[in-house]
Amino acid sequence: MGGLEKKKYERGSATNYITRNKARKKLQLSLADFRRLCILKGIYPHEPKHKKKVNKGSTAARTFYLLKDIKFLLHEPIINKFREYKVFVRKLRKAYGKSEWNTVERLKDNKPSYKLDHIIKERYPTFIDALRDLDDALSMCFLFATFPRTGKCHVQTIQLCRRLTVEFLNYVIASRSLRKVFLSIKGIYYQAEVLGQPITWITPYAFAHDHPTDVDYRVMATFTEFYTTLLGFVNFRLYQSLNLHYPPKIEGQAVAEQKPEEGEAYAMDSESYMEKLSALSASLARVVAPNPEDEVQVDEFPVDGESAEQEAARKKEQEAVEKQKKLFEGLRFFLNREVPREPIAFIIRCFGGEVSWDKSMCISATYDVRNPTITHQIVDRPSLGKQVIGRHYLQPQWVFDSVNAKMCLPVADYFPGVLLPPHLSPFVSEKDGDYIPPEKLKLLALQKGENPAEESREEAEEDSDEDDDDNEGSEGEEHSEKEDEWKLKKLEEQRSQGKKLPVKVSAGIVRLEDKQQAAQEEQSEEKRLAIMMMKKREKYLYQKIMFGKKRKVREATRLAEKRKAHDAAMKSEKKKTKKVRRE
Amino acid sequence: MEPAGGSRRLSIPSTHVLEEQAQESDDLTDSEESVYSGLEDSGSDSSTEEEAEDQDSNDEGKRKGNSLSKKAQARMASQKKEQVQCQSLETDSKPSAQQELPLKGEYEEDSSDEEDVRNTVGNIPMEWYQDYPHIGYDLDGKRIYKPVRTKDELDKFLDKMENPDYWRTVQDKQTGADLRLTDEQVELTQRLQKGQFGDAHANPYEPAIDFFSSQVMIHPVTNRPADKRSFIPSLLEKEKVSKLVHAIKMGWIKPRKPKEDTPTYYDLWAQEDPNSILGRHKMHVPAPKLRLPGHEESYNPPPEYLLSEEEKLAWEQQEAAERKLNVLPQQHRCLRAVPAYARFIHERFERCLDLYLCPRQRKMRVNVDPEDLIPKLPKPRDLQPFPTTQALVYRGHTSLVRCLSISPSGQWLVSGSDDGTVRFWEVSSARCMKTLPVEGVVKSVAWNPNPAVCLVAVAVEQSVLLVNPCLGDKLLYAATDQLIEGYVPPEEERLQPVTWAVAAGAEHGRGVRLIIRHGKPVKQVTWHPRGDYLASVLAADGHTQVLIHQASKRWSQSPFRRSKGQVQCVLFHPLRPFFFVATQRCVRLYNLLKQELAKKLLTNCKWVSSMAVHPAGDNLICGSYDSKLAWFDLDLSTKPYRVLRHHKKALRSVAFHRHYPLFASGSDDGSVIVCHGMVYNDLLQNPLIVPVKVLKGHAPARDLGVLDVLFHPTQPWLFSSGADASIRLFA
Repeated sequence: MGGLEKKKYERGSATNYITRNKARKKLQLSLADFRRLCILKGIYPHEPKHKKKVNKGSTAARTFYLLKDIKFLLHEPIINKFREYKVFVRKLRKAYGKSEWNTVERLKDNKPSYKLDHIIKERYPTFIDALRDLDDALSMCFLFATFPRTGKCHVQTIQLCRRLTVEFLNYVIASRSLRKVFLSIKGIYYQAEVLGQPITWITPYAFAHDHPTDVDYRVMATFTEFYTTLLGFVNFRLYQSLNLHYPPKIEGQAVAEQKPEEGEAYAMDSESYMEKLSALSASLARVVAPNPEDEVQVDEFPVDGESAEQEAARKKEQEAVEKQKKLFEGLRFFLNREVPREPIAFIIRCFGGEVSWDKSMCISATYDVRNPTITHQIVDRPSLGKQVIGRHYLQPQWVFDSVNAKMCLPVADYFPGVLLPPHLSPFVSEKDGDYIPPEKLKLLALQKGENPAEESREEAEEDSDEDDDDNEGSEGEEHSEKEDEWKLKKLEEQRSQGKKLPVKVSAGIVRLEDKQQAAQEEQSEEKRLAIMMMKKREKYLYQKIMFGKKRKVREATRLAEKRKAHDAAMKSEKKKTKKVRRE
Repeated sequence: MEPAGGSRRLSIPSTHVLEEQAQESDDLTDSEESVYSGLEDSGSDSSTEEEAEDQDSNDEGKRKGNSLSKKAQARMASQKKEQVQCQSLETDSKPSAQQELPLKGEYEEDSSDEEDVRNTVGNIPMEWYQDYPHIGYDLDGKRIYKPVRTKDELDKFLDKMENPDYWRTVQDKQTGADLRLTDEQVELTQRLQKGQFGDAHANPYEPAIDFFSSQVMIHPVTNRPADKRSFIPSLLEKEKVSKLVHAIKMGWIKPRKPKEDTPTYYDLWAQEDPNSILGRHKMHVPAPKLRLPGHEESYNPPPEYLLSEEEKLAWEQQEAAERKLNVLPQQHRCLRAVPAYARFIHERFERCLDLYLCPRQRKMRVNVDPEDLIPKLPKPRDLQPFPTTQALVYRGHTSLVRCLSISPSGQWLVSGSDDGTVRFWEVSSARCMKTLPVEGVVKSVAWNPNPAVCLVAVAVEQSVLLVNPCLGDKLLYAATDQLIEGYVPPEEERLQPVTWAVAAGAEHGRGVRLIIRHGKPVKQVTWHPRGDYLASVLAADGHTQVLIHQASKRWSQSPFRRSKGQVQCVLFHPLRPFFFVATQRCVRLYNLLKQELAKKLLTNCKWVSSMAVHPAGDNLICGSYDSKLAWFDLDLSTKPYRVLRHHKKALRSVAFHRHYPLFASGSDDGSVIVCHGMVYNDLLQNPLIVPVKVLKGHAPARDLGVLDVLFHPTQPWLFSSGADASIRLFA
């Protein structure tokens, strides 16, 4: 046999991957710099298909990067900046040590800095790509915006995050693109639809953070550095798309004139502007005034292969979305002091409502509590002293549930102090076979236009009927005992008669063959036999799928049973209290 | 500053003196600061000196020096004050003399100048005069004698009690005379003790006049002429500048960068090219988005999503990574009651870690409808006839029924059992026609397939019995008897591996005609389709495991010279002169004419239990103890065309139907599975195998279920014998 000897691990997948340490050495970076670079460039380890082959026969746990990724990193100009920065730090330290303050000054003036613009362009070649990846960026920025201005990270970062998030919120208000909101234990989830892309983010509840010790804030800060840049560019583009000024300007000159009077008492000029923006109560100024006539009626072309039914469904959905955008239009809200102002104001403004709050709570409140035009007042306390006629006093959940239901829900369930109906997640879309909580069913019915109030009334009537029955039962208990005895006697008589005549001819039972059942059985048997004929691999897959399905069903039945038990318990309790009240 | 500084210096000694007086001057510890000498401010601040002064003052308190006139004292005070003014900027907190009292009397004495100097010793520590009777010299150079202090303790006490001015009496160190403080002086000391200004009218908050402000005044603050050096370029600076210039030239230092005035944010995607390749290769795996929250994460979830106590406990005991829900569902009455989520930062951080640390891999998610996985087979209903229901049960055996065989006409059934009997049944009525007791377990029975002969081979222990059951057509079984009796032994005896014996007496009466005695236990016996030859398998090692006997010539031979493993069962090919031998793992096909190995079939099984050959002879099924059934297409390959794993336990027997495209397998799990096995004449078309019926009826006993299955030769009926001592007919 001629030819060169083929050596192991010199071709194939072993050469496509590189371990982290080797990559680091190749790039000549410290671990921290390498980490920062990976975060900024979005390089992540890959799990090779055959780990042992890639690991040259060893089974030790290693993380592998694609060699191409690392080669790609080699050309990154930011690496040089990292090195420059390292040198800068060294020089600065030396100057400090020698107390050469001039040198320190000079060095600080020439501090190397880098920009991430090209990385963002590279990672997201199109704007849509950037939007698709905005979830994490938003969540992170919203988190950093709530950090205290001390310790953990640079104040500038926090302020930048706050500014960018406020800008984004203002964009969502201006474009009315919020779709879903959800009050979770973790925080508040929002979902907006921007240029057809669903963007979901979570904001924490407004409390001070208990900063954990086992979290590396440097990693988070690096991510935030990238995310703020991304969010800034996205904001710019989004504002541009709506013809809004960037950086945002509050609409109306009158407001600007008033500013010094109000602002003086409140904060510095520059800060009060930011505060006003973050109050989310004013709309933004546009570069070009929007002209409703300009809006071109878009001709609709049916998509190929789309049936009329689908088209109708699509149209209907579009209409629903349009309607949802104007959900709170014409309504005037007032937020009580105990209500979290920012999220609710944001949501109300997103759907066209007007909102105001107590002057002492935040800047730029537009009207007072006593304003007679207020239609809804959001209240989160068990009872209110004095109520004004002509407005609804509601708990904040009403706003969230209404948004998710895409309609203003009946207010009766949300009065202050009332036991609230469960708050459902709008992100769950139940497929057939999944468990659907009864509240959701009710909601669906409501959306279809049925009125469940009647049903509930009927139910209530039923309840009362049952109560009556119960009463009768308690009265007739003595009767029934007597009846029971009589029945027993009769039975005994029958039995004794039976003993007298041991031979008995009984009519044969005609067994009706249930054709349907038989057919079903036959079919199931056919299926069973066919399953027997499956190939081994397919059978395994099939069984796995079936196992998952069964588990799902089990879960659903478990939930349904739990609910049933709970409802029964509630009903009995209700009755008890009713009885007690009657007595 | 000045008056304040001066008076501060004053304040402390005066208090000190007062105290001293009050405590009758035996308080040594309290005299931290000297009462002495404002003049000493000029320089000496060594602690030793201070201590010395202290001592001195104390001593003087005890002694009574000669008193000097008040004038002289005041004059000294004025001198000291001047000194203090000069040193006003010095901030050392040296105590100054108590004599310095800013009173108007002071100035009165100022006018009458140096005459007032009563003691000319100057500013020296007074303890130098400790040991002398005098305290200094007056202007005339005469000694000033220390005032005679003869007061003893009693006198002092009396003085203290009687003198109303005692508390304001202070001793003058210079002259040693007692000094009564005036009201103004007392007031001053009190003010200073309180930390107030000495001057009652002084305003501490006078507007500051900024002499050296940023504004250039028309008049200079000082009239000092400009230095010469301010007109000459500095050499040192020149040197420094040239150094910097050199460094800039060499590129060692860089001048300040110009401020960038490009906006931080601009339209980055102004020229976006949707077709531009991602700056990276195609292996990019985008990070999956975070899961969106379900109902259970709501702050007010439906009650069914809340965990019960046990579930909560289980949740808490689970590892964090194993939990299905990463938060414990909780219900809050109102939004106001919702607390902060403690793990919020953690979760964001974990997401960050996932994004940059977690190895990613593209996994194909199978999104198939499970119904699509089920193969489309012809419906069993279209493949009828096949046995579907249990029609008859043949009872009579008392132990498990090992083997079955049926007469070629399909009228009679023979079964062998562990209870030591062979029973003959009428198929249609399930009647036991005849019972043949044999000594030992019946391992195998085989009815002669030749319809002209009525003969059954029974394998019992170490022998094979050829039995004439005497059932059916009398002519037929009489002819069989005649055939056996008509045997003419050959002239010369040939060496045989077995001995042939003719049954006689009672055995003959029961129907046994011939006995072939093997030396070893016989496992299986089978007939050649013509009905003249029969093969038997011995449960022994070596090459004589398989023997072929010719019944008409009563002659046996061992076809193999060498053993190829333990033979499980053998079979004659239905049409051609082939012979199948199944060993533990493979089936060998021998050509009997050429006396050579034609094929070796690899079963892929661990242990072959049984086999059956298709009546056309091109297909073979092979059952194994590892619950597999392998279908071989002999023309296709030596590997199984299809392996069926229908049974859950070991297969005991398999059978082909002679006419219908059916085959069946019986297993230890008590079921018989009937399959449609269609073999087409077209060689290109593969056999079609469809399971059509699972027949259940036999109760498993001793871990055994169905032991033998057998098809009726003409009808689509199936017999099965089981460990529950019954034979069943499915039709």
